[in-house]
Amino acid sequence: MRRALLLAFALTAAAPRAHAFCGFFVGKADAQLFNKSSQVALVRDGDRTVLTMSNDYQGPLSEFALVVPVPSVLTRDQIHIGDRKLLERLDAYSSPRLVEYTDPDPCVVRRAVGGIWPSSIPMMARSDAVKEHAKAMGVTIEAAYTVGEYDILLLSAKQSEGLEAWLRESGYHIPPHASRALAPYVKQDMKFFVAKVNLKEQKKAGFQELRPIQIAYESPRFMLPIRLGMANAKGGAGSAGDGPEPKAEADGGPQDLIVYALTRNGRVESSNYQTVKIPSDAEVPEFVQKDFGEFYKAAFTHAWKKHGQRAIVTEYVWNMGWCDPCAAPPLETAELRELGVFWLETPAMRVRGPAGMPVTLTRLHVRYDAEHFPEDLMFQETGDQQNFQGRYVMNHPFKGEMTCDAREQYLTSVRDRRQREASTLASLTGWSLENIRQRMGPDAPIHPDPWWKSLWK
Amino acid sequence: MRLRDLRLPRDPRWLQIAFLASFLTVGLSARDFSLWHAPLVFATALATQIAFIRLLKLPEAGLLSPVITSFGLTLLLRTDLLWVPPLAAFLAVASKFTVRIRGRHFVNPANFGLCACMLLTPHAWCSPAQWGEGPLLLLWVLALGCMVAHRAFRSDVSLAFLGSWILLRAARVLYLGQRAPVLLHQLESGSLVLFTFFMISDPKTTPRGRAARLAFAGVVAALAFALQHVAYARNPIIWALFLCAPLVPLLDWCEEILASRKEQPCVAHYSWPSP
Repeated sequence: MRRALLLAFALTAAAPRAHAFCGFFVGKADAQLFNKSSQVALVRDGDRTVLTMSNDYQGPLSEFALVVPVPSVLTRDQIHIGDRKLLERLDAYSSPRLVEYTDPDPCVVRRAVGGIWPSSIPMMARSDAVKEHAKAMGVTIEAAYTVGEYDILLLSAKQSEGLEAWLRESGYHIPPHASRALAPYVKQDMKFFVAKVNLKEQKKAGFQELRPIQIAYESPRFMLPIRLGMANAKGGAGSAGDGPEPKAEADGGPQDLIVYALTRNGRVESSNYQTVKIPSDAEVPEFVQKDFGEFYKAAFTHAWKKHGQRAIVTEYVWNMGWCDPCAAPPLETAELRELGVFWLETPAMRVRGPAGMPVTLTRLHVRYDAEHFPEDLMFQETGDQQNFQGRYVMNHPFKGEMTCDAREQYLTSVRDRRQREASTLASLTGWSLENIRQRMGPDAPIHPDPWWKSLWK
Repeated sequence: MRLRDLRLPRDPRWLQIAFLASFLTVGLSARDFSLWHAPLVFATALATQIAFIRLLKLPEAGLLSPVITSFGLTLLLRTDLLWVPPLAAFLAVASKFTVRIRGRHFVNPANFGLCACMLLTPHAWCSPAQWGEGPLLLLWVLALGCMVAHRAFRSDVSLAFLGSWILLRAARVLYLGQRAPVLLHQLESGSLVLFTFFMISDPKTTPRGRAARLAFAGVVAALAFALQHVAYARNPIIWALFLCAPLVPLLDWCEEILASRKEQPCVAHYSWPSP
C-alpha cells in the first residue's frame, strides 16, 4: 500500500513535466494586445521572397502612406492585395498560450493523461507633366499601378532630399527628416514601393480596414527595412527616426512588430540582433487565466527590458504540419499558398502530422525604436527544427474529497507549488510578490514564519 | 605592483584558455548555448589529437591546441543534431595532420571544422549576434585589456585585421550617410571578437613574415567585406578566412624566394659585346 501511494504522488507531481507539450488550451495572447503593432509575413526560400505587410493604421485613410525600399522595380504581377484573415490566422495559430491541468485524485493510482487538442495623386503621377516634375527633383516614376484599394508607385531616386521633397509635395504624409532614413537606400540603388489609399477604389471595395499588401521579389538579402518602415502620419511604425530628434516624433515610443517567417528548412533568427526565446513552460498561479493578456504583456516587456531593449523575441517555432496544444488549427495549404509559400508543389509536401511538412513558422516579436535598433533587421534561416512555443501552465488542484493518508502530503505539495508559482510569476513579469499574493486571494501561499520563531520553543 | 610584474604563465595559450573558458561560462549560464555541445566537442577533439599523434608516431605536442580549438568550436558552432559537434571537432583536429603543404598545416582548425560542417549539412550554422550587448562590451574590454597587458593577445594579425575591418565598415557607414551608432552596432558581434583574438591570430596558420601577415589580414578583411556587401553572404569573416587559407603557404613561399634573393644578390654577368 505504502509503495502504491508513493507512486501516485510521484505521478501527480511529475505530470506537467511528463506531458510538457500537452495540456488543455485555455487562452492566448494575440498581436491585438499590443498597440501600434504591425504584422509582416515573410516567406522565403533561396532568394525568393514574398512579403505580406499589414498594420493597424487608425488615422484618416487619405493620410495613409506606405514607403518600402525594394531591391528592384516590381511589375504589376508581383503585387497582390491579400486578406487580413491570413495574418489573423497566423497570429491565432502562433500566439503564446496558457494551458491548464487539473490534478488527479491523489488517492487513486492511475496514469495522469494530458489532453492533446489539435484541435489620388498617383493617378496624376501618370501624366507626363508630373513625371517631368519628378525627374527635375531627381525622382523617376518607374511604374504606377492601382491594385485593389491602393495606388502604388515604384520610384527610383538620385538624392534622398529630392525624394523626401517630392513625396511631401505629392501629398504623402511622411515624418520629418525622412531623407536621412531614405539616404542609405538611395545610395544602395534600391527602389521605393510607395502606396496610398485610393479612396474611390476603397469605397467601391467596401472594406472597412486596409487590406495587407503582398509583394513577391528575388533578392539575396534576407532583411526587413524597419528604419523606414511604414511612414504614416501618426508615427505608426515610423522609424524615420534616423533624423536628429527621433524622440520628438508625434507619439514616439517603441513600436511592436510581429514577423511571421515561413521557411522550408528551419527556424529563422536575426543575424544582426540578439534573438532570444520568450521564457516558456512556466507554471503560473490560477488567477492568470482571468487576464492572460495582461500577464503576457508584462512578461514580454520584462524579457525585452532584461535584454537591454535590443533583442528580438522568439514566441513560436513550429512545423506548419501540426501543433500541440493548438491555439488554432494549422493553416491550410491554400492559405499558405495565398501567403506566398510557393514550394508546396507535390502532394507529398502537403501531408500533415507530427512528421511535419516542409514549412516552419517562426514568430518573432520585435519592439523597436530608433535608439536601440540603429540598423534594419537582417535574418538568416537556420537548420534548427526544434519546435518551441510560448506556453504557460496553470494547475488546478484536486477539489474532490480525499480520504486517504496521501491527503496531507498532497496538500503540502499544492502549497509548495503555489509558492513556486508565485515566485515564477514574479520573476517572469517583474510584479511584486506582495501584489501577486493579493491577486491570488485565498490561494496565496501563507507567509512562512521567520526561522527564529520556532528556535526557543 | 606594476602590471608587468604579474607572474603570468609562460605559455600564452593558458591565458587564452582562461579567457575562452570565462566566455563559455558566461554563455552557458546566461545565454542559449546547449549544454551538451561542449563535452562532445572536447572529447572528440582530444581523442582525435591523441589518436593522430600515436598513429603517425609524432612527438608529444600537448593538448592545449585541441583545447583552444574546442573552445572556438563550442562558442561558434550551432546545431540541433547530436553528431554535428563531434564531426566538426574531428574535422578540425584532423585537418592539422592531413591538410599540409611543405610540412606545415595552413588552415585554421576551428575555422575548417566550422566551415566544413556548414558546407556538409544545413543543420550546422553560426549565430553571429547571439551575445547580448552587456556581455559583449565586457568581452571587448577584456580582450583589449589583455592585449595591452600580454603579448599573447598582441598579435599583429589581429590588429591589422581589426583595423582594416573597422576602416572598411566606417567608410561604408559614412558613404551611406548613416550615423556612428550604426557602426558601433555592427561591431557588437561575438563572432567578431572571437575571430579577431582567437582565430585569425593563430601563429601556426598565418604567414611567417610580418609583412605577409599584415597583407594576409588585410586581404581577409577586404574579402569578408566583399562577401557581405556584394554577395550578401552570411558569416562573411568566417568564410573569408576559410577561402584565404591557401594564401598562407603561397605567401610563405614568396617570402622564402625573396629572402633567398636577398642573401644571394644578383651579380650582373653582362659584358658588352665586342665590336
